[in-house]
Parts: sequence; C-alpha cells; structure tokens
Amino acid sequence: MTGTTIRLQGCRKAFSDGTVAVDDLNLTIEAGETLAILGPSGCGKTTTLRMIAGLERPDVGRIFFTDRDVTRLPIERRDVGMVFQNYALFPNLDVAGNIVYGLKIRGLSPAERNKRCAELLELVGLQDHGKRRIHELSGGQRQRVALARALAPRPRVLLLDEPLAALDAQLRERLRSELDQLLRSLRITSVFVTHDQGEAMALGDRILVMERGRVAQLATPRDIYQQPANAFVASFVGNLNAFPVIEPTAHGLKVSGGELPWKGIPVPKTVYCRPEHLRVMDGAGHVRGRLVGQFFQGAQSRLLVDVGAEQPLLVDSADGVIHATGALIALAIEPHVLFTLHS
Amino acid sequence: MKRTTLFIAQLVFTLLVCAFMLVPVLMSLLAGLTRNYFVGVSSGLTLDWLIQVWQSYSPTVWLSLQLAVACAVCVCVIGVPAAYALVRMNNRFSRAFEELMVLPVAMPGLASALALLLTYGQFGEFRSSWLFILVGHVLFTLPFLVRPVMAVMQRQQLPTLEEAAASLGAGPIKRFFSVVVPNCRAGILAGVLMVVTLSLGEFNLTWMLHTPMTKTLPVGLADSYASARLEVASAYTLIFLLMIVPLLIALQAISARLSRGERR
Repeated sequence: MTGTTIRLQGCRKAFSDGTVAVDDLNLTIEAGETLAILGPSGCGKTTTLRMIAGLERPDVGRIFFTDRDVTRLPIERRDVGMVFQNYALFPNLDVAGNIVYGLKIRGLSPAERNKRCAELLELVGLQDHGKRRIHELSGGQRQRVALARALAPRPRVLLLDEPLAALDAQLRERLRSELDQLLRSLRITSVFVTHDQGEAMALGDRILVMERGRVAQLATPRDIYQQPANAFVASFVGNLNAFPVIEPTAHGLKVSGGELPWKGIPVPKTVYCRPEHLRVMDGAGHVRGRLVGQFFQGAQSRLLVDVGAEQPLLVDSADGVIHATGALIALAIEPHVLFTLHS
Repeated sequence: MKRTTLFIAQLVFTLLVCAFMLVPVLMSLLAGLTRNYFVGVSSGLTLDWLIQVWQSYSPTVWLSLQLAVACAVCVCVIGVPAAYALVRMNNRFSRAFEELMVLPVAMPGLASALALLLTYGQFGEFRSSWLFILVGHVLFTLPFLVRPVMAVMQRQQLPTLEEAAASLGAGPIKRFFSVVVPNCRAGILAGVLMVVTLSLGEFNLTWMLHTPMTKTLPVGLADSYASARLEVASAYTLIFLLMIVPLLIALQAISARLSRGERR
C-alpha cells in the first residue's frame, strides 16, 4: 500500500466573527510522514487539522489527498481516522462496539469485524477489555481505544487532536513512546496537533510551527531547535536567552554584565543562546551576574542570573553545585552556540 | 440518640402537611367503595360501583390509553428531531421557536381547542375521529418532551461524538440514530413519562374537542360527576389511579436506572 500525500494549497479560513484562523496556508505532508502542528492556542493549528479532516471547509484554497481534490468532500467520505482531544468515545457502546463502529458502516461481516477488532485490541494492548464499558476505563485506556477505533477501518490518513493532553504527566510520557512506535510501524500519513513542544519533538518527523494563522517554520525538530526561523519559533520551542548588544568591541560584543565572543559583520542588535549552553565558571567568564533564583529539576538545576538586563538569564547547570542566593556567578559561552534571529 | 423538640415539631408538621394532601385522595377512594356515601362507611363496602363504572365507561379507559400511547409516539417522532435541530441551531430563531412551542401550555386549553375547531372543524371525518383529540394532545405535550431532551443534548458532548461518528464514515441519518438517539435515552424517557401522564389526565382541550363517540377518561369523569352518583365518580377516580400509578412507578424506575447507568 502506498501512502497518501496531503497537500494544502493556499488555504484560508475565517470565522463568522471575522477572525482569520488560517491564512494562505501552503503545505505538503509526505506519504507516511508524521507531521506535528505546534503553536500557542489560537494560532490556527486545530483549524488546519479540521480542514484536513473535512470538519471545516476552507474559504479559499484546495486540499488534495495524493492527486484527488477533497476540498468539497465531507469528513465521512474522506477516509480519515481521527483521535479527538477528549477521545469522544461512544458512551452507549462497549469497547468492542466502539472499535467496530466504522467497520459496520463499511459493511463488513460480523466475522470480519470480530477478527479486526481482536487485531486492534491486541495492537493497543487491551486484549481482554472488549466487553468493558467506556466509563470503566482509565484515561490511558480510553486514549488507546480511541486510537484503535480510528485505525480499525484502515484509514488513509490518521489525524490526532492533542492526543495526550488529557493525561497526567507520567502516563503522557509512556503513551508518547507507544504512539511513536505505533506510528512508525504503521507508516500511515499522520498529522497531530499539540501545544507541547516536547511531544512535537518526540513524535514529529517534521514540525510545523504556526503563529497567528501562518506558517512560522516547517522543518525537522532538530532544525527548529538549532536554527529557529524567527524569535517566535525560538522562544516557543525551548527557552531562550536574549543579549541586547550595547556596542561592538575589539573581540566581540559588549552586553550588560560582560562581553560575548563574536565575529562577524554587521553587528547584530541582539544575540541569543539556549539555557544549556551557558556554563557556570569558578573563575572568570564572559558575563557575570547575581544569582536571583534556582530551581532543582532532578538531573539539572535551572538558575536565574541577573546581569542587569531586562530579563534574568536562564542557565541549565548539571554540575550539582549549590550556590548561595545572591552570589556572584560567572558564565562562559562558546561562540558557535550564539545565534541571531530575524524578528 | 436523643430526639430534640425541634425534630419532633418538624416531624409533626411534615405529617400534618402530608395528611392535608393525602386525606382528600383517600376520602375519594373510600367513597368509591362505600355502599352509601351519605350514610358513611357504616353502610358497608362494595365493588358494585367499580363494576358499574367499568360497564358504562370502559371505552373511555381504552381510548385514553390509546391516545396516550399514540401521543407519546407522535411526540417522540416530532420532538426528538425538533430538539436536536433546536440545539444544533442555537440562534435567535431557535430560541423564539422554543418559546412559541410552550404557548399551548401557557394558553388556556379551551382557547387552543377553539383555534383547532375554527381551523379544522369543517373536515367532518377528521373532526369526529379520535385523531382530532390526538392533535390537541400532541400540541399540548410537545414541549414536555422537547425540553428534557434538549437539556440532555446540551449536557452531552454530542457535537464531538457526532464528529467522531462522521470520521468513521457515518452520514447524517446514521449519526442521528446511532449516536444522538442512544445518548439521549434518559431525556427521551423522562419526556415520554411526562407526555403519557399529561395525555392521560388532559381535560381542558379534550373536553372541547371530544364528541360523544370520542370520550376520554377525564371527560367521562366530568360526565359522571355531573350526571351520576358521587360514588360512581369516586369509583371512576379509583380506576384512573389504578391505571396511572403503576405506570408512573414503572417509568420512574426505568428512567432512574437509565440515568444511573449514564452517570457512572
């Protein structure tokens, strides 16, 4: 079976109150790829997913599944599997009833339905739960049933709307890796929406970062983190330290609290780095400041260092040293981890 | 545990209120079984009045039951899709329509009956059949089904459930019957309970719409009060209660079980 490519061509969607949810979106999702759509609430990520699903029709633009124009096709004829944020399992049916719902509509015989249902229960690890009622299931089990139900009719495309958001942190972590394995083994084209950057990085082959209805960046997780296209992407994916440049010096840039190593012309207005790239030094460093807060996070500590700029610097330190609050801290940085951004 | 004076006072008050409401009912029932009400229970108890009522009024009992069942079916067929549409639309028009639907309840039954007579009275066949009364009952009881069904529909996450069904390939009609209706059972049942009860006891409208050939139980009751002995009318009430109380208990039990099942 060859996978389905999803193509959005100049799609725009405005709601009745005039807000433009998605504006001129061009996007190609390759066959078998898992795309994560990431962004803050209201950025249009859910609307994009719903347009792909067929739950919303774009005002302008077209949507193709491989070469077929599906723009005017309602969801029930698009052959998509969908996992909803709150799972939307049918409370009047048991687990097996939910899973075979789509198979019944496709007119499979009872024997075929039971066979497929058993296959899916095994796939999601709920072999002996077929007769359970929905209200008897835990959150994680419901999530798996929702996934099994969506996959049962062998859809061309799998769409997931915040699939893990309703779960607690520990369960989310476990189901994330299960979902990852499942998506990889099925090689089904899948799109999922999330506001959790960790989820997007872990599951997505590529990440589409959206900002106010537009594409902010579409790239692999590694590129998004290491070469963010703009300040919005950089601050949304991971944490960011900004150094407003005061003036260039002989070997670098003068910033509040010290001097950064920098070569290159023109002189940027602001340079950035990630918290894990600042190292706490015993002696001299590039910048110095006072420790104003520290948070123990297990494997590492998050330090807040005030260097006299608007925001204190975020420093992720793994050395386990406990500093006194208010102590003077020297920080060193490698030149190559500093970067600039288009605003 | 020591009972306080306040507790005893409350208990006595409650019992007094209960007695105030229940004694008339019991008096009426007793009257239906008393040989001569004016002499009192000392004249002896008898089933004669019941038998007499049954002999002369049994057709009204059957007609009332028939009307109640037909009315429940009609109201379901009209009301459930109507409730669904109103919940789905949820705009100024739908709210206005909802208010309009309650009008026959607020209006004196005589007035709505008169309106029906003015409009359809000329169609002789229709006018003289029991279907004419059915129309009145459906008009009157419709909001009592639509309201609870709407309440249940608003509480459920129906739109998402429907989207889920659609994503699995179900078209609009299939979605309505496989998702909407099963998940509103509790509301539909509560509505049906109300509709059956109201239809069985409806007098105002029915009295205007009935013909000598289409007398319902309440109309018959009025007839017997007016023309027969007090004992006959009381025995008639007894029959009515015998009919409706088990029905109410049964429906109440079913709806309690259903709503318990849904809450779990």
